[in-house]
Amino acid sequence: MPKLTIEELEKLREEARKTTFIREQGQFRAKINVHMGTCGLAAGARHILNAFLQEIEKRGLTDVLLTTSGCAGLCSREPMATIEIAGQAPVKYIDLTEKKVEEIFEKHIQGGEIVTAYALGIGSEKTDLS
Amino acid sequence: MEDLSLHILDIAENSVEAGATWVKISLIEDRKTDLLQLEIEDNGRGMSAEECRQALNPFYTTRKTRRFGLGLPFLLEACQAAGGQLSLESSPGQGTKVIATFRLSHIDLKPLGDIPLTIIALIAGHPEIDWQYYHRRNDWEFKFDSKEFKENYPEIAINHPMALKAIRNFINKNLSLIRREHDRG
Repeated sequence: MPKLTIEELEKLREEARKTTFIREQGQFRAKINVHMGTCGLAAGARHILNAFLQEIEKRGLTDVLLTTSGCAGLCSREPMATIEIAGQAPVKYIDLTEKKVEEIFEKHIQGGEIVTAYALGIGSEKTDLS
Repeated sequence: MEDLSLHILDIAENSVEAGATWVKISLIEDRKTDLLQLEIEDNGRGMSAEECRQALNPFYTTRKTRRFGLGLPFLLEACQAAGGQLSLESSPGQGTKVIATFRLSHIDLKPLGDIPLTIIALIAGHPEIDWQYYHRRNDWEFKFDSKEFKENYPEIAINHPMALKAIRNFINKNLSLIRREHDRG
């Protein structure tokens, strides 16, 4: 049985000692919530989660929180994700593809500009990110 | 659902909904008995005998967002298509164990899919829950426990993107190891 030590994490541990960023929750400038109910999963939600994860990794971001939730009640428009920039109203994106994720990440999460073409609406599910 | 790892992600979410603080996922591939056995066990609120019976009915759900629940019925369908069965062991306050079996050699057995991605999706969504993953392929086994991770790396939030990436690579590496050892043996 392999022992659970992960090389990459040893380095991260060193960094973590210097900063509270990695340890502390609630210091995120953005939160991405991918809806992963049965409907979402069947429509490809896990690919969408993976695409967001790749975007975060690619940029080495530490201030964007990626999380999941269940069915949002609009199964026919899955895959869906809710994006919330700290201090702003959350935006629900529908009929997502990996390509759309790239665009949303660049424009909305990085640039602060909502991609209205893919958005269902603004509001609800607000979290206090402060 | 395209593969078994998506079913796992889906069913494990039921455990979260049931208020579990730990979830154990176990996958056993045994060539000798030609059996693939998937178990998902939790310490959530559990179900009554009647709820267990109804859980396999697609037009039953305890949830309010919509009037049906397809997770378990989908898994049942996947089991039956591959010569297996699905059973539930549960009682109120005692948690739930879902046991799904499949014939390993069955032509309609779905592929395992991306297990590491499923595990990190669960961790990202619910970092507070202790996720255990056990995989045995014939004589080779592998185990991951997110609780052990938290104990070993108290400085690192388990849902930090770097942590998720490292866990994913770790599980990937070990799963390909047990796959390789099996092929050699």
